[in-house]
Amino acid sequence: MGNGTSIGRVRGLGSAKTGPHHWLMQRFTAIGNLLLVVWLGVSLLLLPNLHYQTVIEWISAPVPATAMALLVISTFWHARMGVGVMMEDYVHEHANKFACVAALNLITFAGAAFGVFCVVRLALGGA
Amino acid sequence: MAQAGTSNRPLSPHLQIWRWGPHMAVSILHRVSGNGLAFVGLALLLWWLGALASGPAAYATFTGWVWADLSTLDWSGLGLVTSLIRLAFKVVLVGITWAFFTHAASGLRHFVLDIGAGYELNANRTWSILSPVLAVAMTAIFWALLLLR
Ligand code: HEM
Repeated sequence: MGNGTSIGRVRGLGSAKTGPHHWLMQRFTAIGNLLLVVWLGVSLLLLPNLHYQTVIEWISAPVPATAMALLVISTFWHARMGVGVMMEDYVHEHANKFACVAALNLITFAGAAFGVFCVVRLALGGA
Repeated sequence: MAQAGTSNRPLSPHLQIWRWGPHMAVSILHRVSGNGLAFVGLALLLWWLGALASGPAAYATFTGWVWADLSTLDWSGLGLVTSLIRLAFKVVLVGITWAFFTHAASGLRHFVLDIGAGYELNANRTWSILSPVLAVAMTAIFWALLLLR
C-alpha cells in the first residue's frame, strides 16, 4: 500500500478479479429467468382456470414441479447478484454496505429454500 | 469506498448530473424494474407457492387479497381500507408483469450490446425507445389473453 496519494492507493492492487464471473453469472441466470418465467406465464395462460385444484394438479406433476424449482433457484440467484450491485452502488458507508449485503444473502437463501421446499411438498403430495 | 468522504468525486445515484435521454431512461428502468421484481415479485411468488403448499384455505386467502372479486368488495367502515388494499394489489400484480416485460426487453438489449452490436447512435436510440414500448404491448397482450380466455 502507498502513502495515501491516489496512485499509491491503487498501485499493485489491480481489480478484485471476480468481475467477469459475476457478469457472466448475471447473464446465465438471466437466460434461465427468461426461459422459466415465460414458461410460467404460458403455462398459466394454458390452464383452463386458476382454481386451487387446477393449479395443484398442474404444478405437482414432475416436469412442472422441476421447472418451478429451477425458476425459484434461477430468479433468486439472479436477484441476489442484481440487488447486491444496487446496494454496492447506493450504500456508501462500509459497515452499512456490509450489513446490507449480509442481510441480502440471508434473505435470498431463506426465500429460495422456502420456495423449493413448497414445490417439493406439492410434488410429493404433502399438500 | 473508504475515501468516499475525502475525495470529492460524485457517487451514485447521480441522476441529477446527466442530461436525460432514452438511453439513460432505459438504463434506470432496467434497474428499477429489476429491483421491483426482486423485492415485490419474488415476495408474491413465495406467497403464491406457500399458499399452494399450505392448502385450499391458504390459497383462498391469497387469491382473496391479490386478485379479489370486485363485486364482493365491501366499502363501508373498515371494509374501505381492506378494499383499497385489494385494489392496490391488482395494480401491483399488473405492475409486476409490466416490470418483467420491461426488464426482459432491456435485458435482451443488454445481450445485444454485450456482443458489441447496436452502438450506432441511431440504432441505440431506436432500441432504447422500442424496448420499453414493446414491453407495455407485451403486458397488455398477456393480460388480455389471461382475462379474456
Ligand atoms: C424475473 C426475475 C428477475 C429478477 C428478480 C431480476 C432482477 C435483476 C436485478 C435486481 C438486477 C440489477 C439491476 C442493476 O443493478 O441495474 C438485474 C440485472 C440484470 N438482469 Fe435481471 N431480473 C430478472 C429477470 C431477467 C431477465 C428475464 C433478463 C433477460 C432477458 C434479465 C437480464 C438482466 C441483465 C442482463 C442484468 C445485468 C445488467 C448489467 O449488467 O448492468 N433479468 N436483474
